[in-house]
Amino acid sequence: MRKIDTNDMLLQVTTKITAFIILLFSLHLFLAGHNNPGGGFIGGLMSAGAVVLLLLAYDLKTVRRILPFNFIYVAATGLLVAILTGMGSFLFGAPFLSHAFDYFQLPFLGKTELATAVLFDIGVYLVVVGITMTIIQTIGEKE
Amino acid sequence: MSLLHLAIISPFLFAIFVPFVFKYFRQLHTGWFVLILPVLLFIYFFSFISITSAEETVTKTISWIPSLGIDFTVKVDGLALLFALLITGIGSLVVLYSVYYLQKDKEQLNNFYVYLLLFMGAMLGVVLSDNLIVLYTFWEFTSFSSFLLIGYWYKREKSRYGAQKSMLITVFGGLSMLGGIILLYLMTGTFSMAEIIQQTNGIITHHLFIPAMLCILLGALTKSAQFPFHIWLPDAMEAPTPVSAYLHSATMVKAGIYLVARMSPVFAETALWVWLVAGFGIITLFWGSFSAVKQTDLKGILAFSTISQLGMIMTLLGIGGAALHFDSVKDSYYTVATVAAVFHLINHATFKGALFMVVGIVDHETGTRDIRKLGGLMPFMPITFTVAIIGTFSMAGLPPFNGFLSKEMFFTAMVRVLNMDILNMETIGILFPVIAWIASIFTFVYSMIIVFKTFTGKLQPEKLKKKPHEAPIGMLISPIVLASLVLAIGFFPNVLANTIIAPAVAAIMPDFTVDVHISFWHGFTPELLMTFGVIAIGFLLYKTYPKWRAVYKIFPEKLSLNHLYDDALTNTERGSRRLTNSILTGSSRTYLLYLFVFFIIMLGSTLFIKDAFTFNTSNISSIHIAEVILAVGICIVAISILFVKSRLTSIILLGAVGYSVSLFFVIYRAPDLALTQLVIETISVALFLLCFYHLPKLKKREERISFKLTNALISVGVGAIVILIGLSAHSNKLFESISHYYIENTYKEAAGKNMVNVILVDFRGLDTMFEITVLAIAAIGIFGLIKLRQQGGKKTENK
Repeated sequence: MRKIDTNDMLLQVTTKITAFIILLFSLHLFLAGHNNPGGGFIGGLMSAGAVVLLLLAYDLKTVRRILPFNFIYVAATGLLVAILTGMGSFLFGAPFLSHAFDYFQLPFLGKTELATAVLFDIGVYLVVVGITMTIIQTIGEKE
Repeated sequence: MSLLHLAIISPFLFAIFVPFVFKYFRQLHTGWFVLILPVLLFIYFFSFISITSAEETVTKTISWIPSLGIDFTVKVDGLALLFALLITGIGSLVVLYSVYYLQKDKEQLNNFYVYLLLFMGAMLGVVLSDNLIVLYTFWEFTSFSSFLLIGYWYKREKSRYGAQKSMLITVFGGLSMLGGIILLYLMTGTFSMAEIIQQTNGIITHHLFIPAMLCILLGALTKSAQFPFHIWLPDAMEAPTPVSAYLHSATMVKAGIYLVARMSPVFAETALWVWLVAGFGIITLFWGSFSAVKQTDLKGILAFSTISQLGMIMTLLGIGGAALHFDSVKDSYYTVATVAAVFHLINHATFKGALFMVVGIVDHETGTRDIRKLGGLMPFMPITFTVAIIGTFSMAGLPPFNGFLSKEMFFTAMVRVLNMDILNMETIGILFPVIAWIASIFTFVYSMIIVFKTFTGKLQPEKLKKKPHEAPIGMLISPIVLASLVLAIGFFPNVLANTIIAPAVAAIMPDFTVDVHISFWHGFTPELLMTFGVIAIGFLLYKTYPKWRAVYKIFPEKLSLNHLYDDALTNTERGSRRLTNSILTGSSRTYLLYLFVFFIIMLGSTLFIKDAFTFNTSNISSIHIAEVILAVGICIVAISILFVKSRLTSIILLGAVGYSVSLFFVIYRAPDLALTQLVIETISVALFLLCFYHLPKLKKREERISFKLTNALISVGVGAIVILIGLSAHSNKLFESISHYYIENTYKEAAGKNMVNVILVDFRGLDTMFEITVLAIAAIGIFGLIKLRQQGGKKTENK
């Protein structure tokens, strides 16, 4: 991203609002994935889209300050989560990646379904965010 | 592990210690240490004579790969024992000779003796193994230990050339032999020679019988330097003389003879075998002796002489095989050929070994082997001369030496060919005695050349590198021993007859009772007259040699087999290089062309041959107007990509294709796919634009894609094939889809309503796990490509 000399106030202000909406939408897509269209993959892409918008409106350094992650680590964490979820089924003597679910009474949400498949989806989500940002940042930084 | 197995393996074990002895006992010649082994082995094998002469055999087995029927079975019978005695006996003499021949300070003795011991062990393995696969293993071992020995002076180009030539030819034969062994296994179900011989009658009409025979015969002919595969042997003379004496006269070249003798009970009942073995043998006999006369190098003469003598033994084995042809003629009338073969085998090993050693001495003491430079050595080297006389006269077939006896028997066998009323021998068979007789004349001539051109006449001291003198006594021991054997066998042949020859013949012809009696005097028979003729005409030809030497110039060098071999080798190399260069152009366009053409041909011909194209409209759903519009749109966009001029336009059109595909997903009710496709298409278009932006300014020309007819045809072909396959596959649903299971169980089993997502993370989660791994690898790859390219240069600069 080249340094922009012109004043991008309009872009930056709208971005501040829009980015949050996109992030919320991506969270929705991610959580809704089990029952409605969506899921870890598209959710991750959407989140990355929000960060890309920030990158366009501001510059690489600012975004680095706001989100001080090394995105390769994010991708690695995602892979680790996915694999550990799969291996978790060994604890119960089940084959690799056997998922389980149950319904719980939670303090604020009431009766909620919790499934280990969501843990796996978190892994997918993190990997997708991590790799998208890695690719974009790497290419953007290069000159 | 019995003592017999140990005897075969002991040279290999011994070879391990040779380099240590060489390194840590520098003052001792390594050969003395090595000498112990063949002597011990010779004594050990000598003790078997009492067993084999009673027509008994000793068999010992240890299993190696029992599940494949491959066992290390050692069988000692008359034939194997004869060879084992030759190998260890001449082996001892050669090692003793080499102690004086090779200097311990100048030569890499550790290499020499390791190779020699490997060869000795391998050769013992060949002759003593009963299992064909084990035999083949040792067979190849002899090939490459011989390769190492020929290339012993590896800094000389000729040594390397000879080593490569012998390797290529003998390994070619060895591999064909392996093919023959496998064919035999297919017919009989066993690798054991003894069991195969028992099943001979059952397999003789099998359709694999002839191919197996030809393959095995090819192995034997190449190894034994038979016409036209003899060309490697003269070039193998670049090896040190002890090696030539051991490998290329007494042992390795007789491995093929051994194989033919061993296989005779299996194959010899067919006429083809008799004709092939005897035919190749007689041609080799003639060609070898004819070519030997024109050589000027002593070792060259001996090499061609070896070729010719091997041809003679081969002829005898072939004719002897005829005795097996009809059961009715089980008398000794035809078996005389086999007896002669075995007898001459022993004789040849003795006199040829002695002659090689004599040549080695002459070379060692004068510095040359060229007969044009030699002459008049008799007063300086009386002992060497005596040995040479005995050896050459025996080779020429003169009385009272052993060569005379075996040559008489050879003539007897050849004359009896005329009386054979089988295998059409009575007509073309006349050629056998005639060619044999002519070849014997040439044998006489070159034998005389060896001894008289070298030792008599005028001495030419100015042409010799050293002042000639008699060799040290140690160097003379081995040839003297061999020459004494020549004499001893000549005078008392019947000592050998019952102890060694009869058991060996019994092993070649298991069903016969052969009475071996070798007599000096037959009375005035045709064979004796033939010998007189040989001597008379041979003497005449020797005297007039300079006058008719021009005969050899008639035959052009261009047509010689060596030239043919060299041409074949260079042309094969050149041809394959040309082929490789023409196919592997280095352009990926060409390779893609191959791929796609192959694709079209294979799939198209399969569709055509199997008559697989079907078109069934029964399970096709109705077409909606939106689909038609979208399809037409996507087609227009896709086709226009081919014709646009600017790259930017094609990137945008490609994006249009991608978004239309996501619209298709919408129409076909795949929301997850549509969402993903939209986002991914956006990202990839952005990446394409990035690539476009960074194209180099130089040579950047905005050009339309140039039209090539072949490319157009191929792309249309690929498209047509894929469409045809798609239609056919759709028309043939072999079984119901399994998607009903998912529809029913998505909520019940996995508590999700989005079936796509449940399949992705739950039912088929493993695929997803590796897909995200693929993504991670791609990201790391991009990161690495960009970052390391930037940093790599700096790092090397810093260092």
